[in-house]
Amino acid sequence: MKMSRKTKAIIYILLTVIAVYFLAPFVYMFFTTFKTEAEAIAYPPKLLPSKWLFENFVNAWKSQPFGTYLKNSILVTVLTTTGQILSCSLVAYGFAKFEFKGKNILFMILLSTMMIPWDVTMIPQYMEFNMFGWINTLKPLIIPAWFGSAYYIFLMRQFLMGVPKDFEEAARIDGANSFQIYWKIYMPILKPSLILVGVLNMISVWNDYLGPLIFLQERSKYTLALGLAAFKGVHSTRIIPMLCITVIMIIPPIIAFIVAQKYIVEGTSGSIK
Amino acid sequence: MKIMKRKKFIRKATPYFFISPWIIGFLVFTIGPLILSLIMSFFDWPLTTEPVFRGFGNYIEMFTKDAQFWKSLRISLKYAAIFVPLNMGIALFLAMLITQPVRGVKVFRTIFYIPAVISGVAVSIIWGWILNGDYGALNYLLSLIGIEGPRWLVDPAWALFAVILASAFGVGTMMLIFYTNIKSIPITVYEAASLDGASPARQFFSITLPIITPTILFNLITSIIGSFQQVTLVMLLTGGGPLKSTYFYGLYTYNNAFKHHKLGYASANAWVMFIIILILTALVFKSSSTWVFYEAEAKKENKKRRGGKK
Repeated sequence: MKMSRKTKAIIYILLTVIAVYFLAPFVYMFFTTFKTEAEAIAYPPKLLPSKWLFENFVNAWKSQPFGTYLKNSILVTVLTTTGQILSCSLVAYGFAKFEFKGKNILFMILLSTMMIPWDVTMIPQYMEFNMFGWINTLKPLIIPAWFGSAYYIFLMRQFLMGVPKDFEEAARIDGANSFQIYWKIYMPILKPSLILVGVLNMISVWNDYLGPLIFLQERSKYTLALGLAAFKGVHSTRIIPMLCITVIMIIPPIIAFIVAQKYIVEGTSGSIK
Repeated sequence: MKIMKRKKFIRKATPYFFISPWIIGFLVFTIGPLILSLIMSFFDWPLTTEPVFRGFGNYIEMFTKDAQFWKSLRISLKYAAIFVPLNMGIALFLAMLITQPVRGVKVFRTIFYIPAVISGVAVSIIWGWILNGDYGALNYLLSLIGIEGPRWLVDPAWALFAVILASAFGVGTMMLIFYTNIKSIPITVYEAASLDGASPARQFFSITLPIITPTILFNLITSIIGSFQQVTLVMLLTGGGPLKSTYFYGLYTYNNAFKHHKLGYASANAWVMFIIILILTALVFKSSSTWVFYEAEAKKENKKRRGGKK
């Protein structure tokens, strides 16, 4: 389609203005992390620091056991992602490639669980985990992920539905069983979907605040999101360390998104069909 | 004989083996808690002492004696009524922008989506700092064009708007869903319309908008559900204040459970929320037959009509 120069100019102007709106807070925050505390709350504010205090990051990191929080966050993120990838792909394979009694009803139930607000299940879940002795451990954040998640199962099933059955028939003739077919044939084909689910889960678990808030009590168990929120609660006037940790915390999800962007865009289009 | 039977059993059991993780998880982490929560909602259930059955007592108390219940419900409804259309409108506008055939547009797609991948904790810190009444950047920018900005987070009249502003920062998720849908519309459709002399506005209202109505429905439902569950942002940005002007329903439920340790009462709160969500979703679905256009159904209709003419 042809576009007049004027239309093109208008589109670029709009795109740029909106991009500035989305990026400005990040850029301004980034520069502010190098300022002194007085400079950060000076009015009128200045964009660039008068002196670049790189040690701000080191001081902020040392002011709380952020190293421990980071370790916990990484542990939870890695273990939940592994769990989701394995369990969701198993379940999605079961729903996509087999005929069995009750399949449609079970799949409907699976989809409808996405509508249940977390507020309804959080209280009994707290009691349940308390009974298991899991409160103040990372288990409530990790173990449920090993039993799949409705949305991720749905995404993977959609993907598998588009894969013709020809692939597995040859293997069946060679005597492979269903589990071998799942592991050796469908898992490699599923790769884009596995990356999509993996990255979506990594981002949401890394960012999660309410789960850790309810299930963790001691600081030694905190995740980075909870640790940062707790820091804000106590030291809300210490803007510089707060922004330093914020910068550190938002880098991993942004990198994960940019790296896996292609899969996220394609995966989103697969889910709406 | 025995081997045959065993083989048949294995074949029949295999699919259930594959879906068993979800079934176990569903029983233990979803339906079990769901039923327990319903039971708890009929009890006075403190954290430390024995629970006492009180029938519909929690529900009656909520509807007749608890003024905060109605206030929080109204705040959440108001938030949803402003945020849902606003967010969807912006998302659709951005999606239209980044589907324009101009060079470098993918870079903008990335930039618009970035705020959607960062934690609510980070969003609340960033916006709490930008919206600060004393040294905040937003009020400074407003002062440059001669506007005296309000004290966003301290003024009860403006705090809800501040929460909406901060939540709209994550518009990228919805934008991406619209974007992939619009991208999937074949370009030939537009070319044909263009040859027939349809203006870009006409093309948007007669082609794009009808085709994406199923996606609009999807986004509408998920964002209604999402806005009722909004807790993180209000908890950290305003703490429900000032003067409880942003004491959202989700925060009210959370505090009843984990601050006041009224687990039974909070379960009743949560069930009322669940039922409201179900009713709203049912209403949206019911209305959808009048405004959502499904391609597959339209094709069937066309076939029928054509068949009839023969």
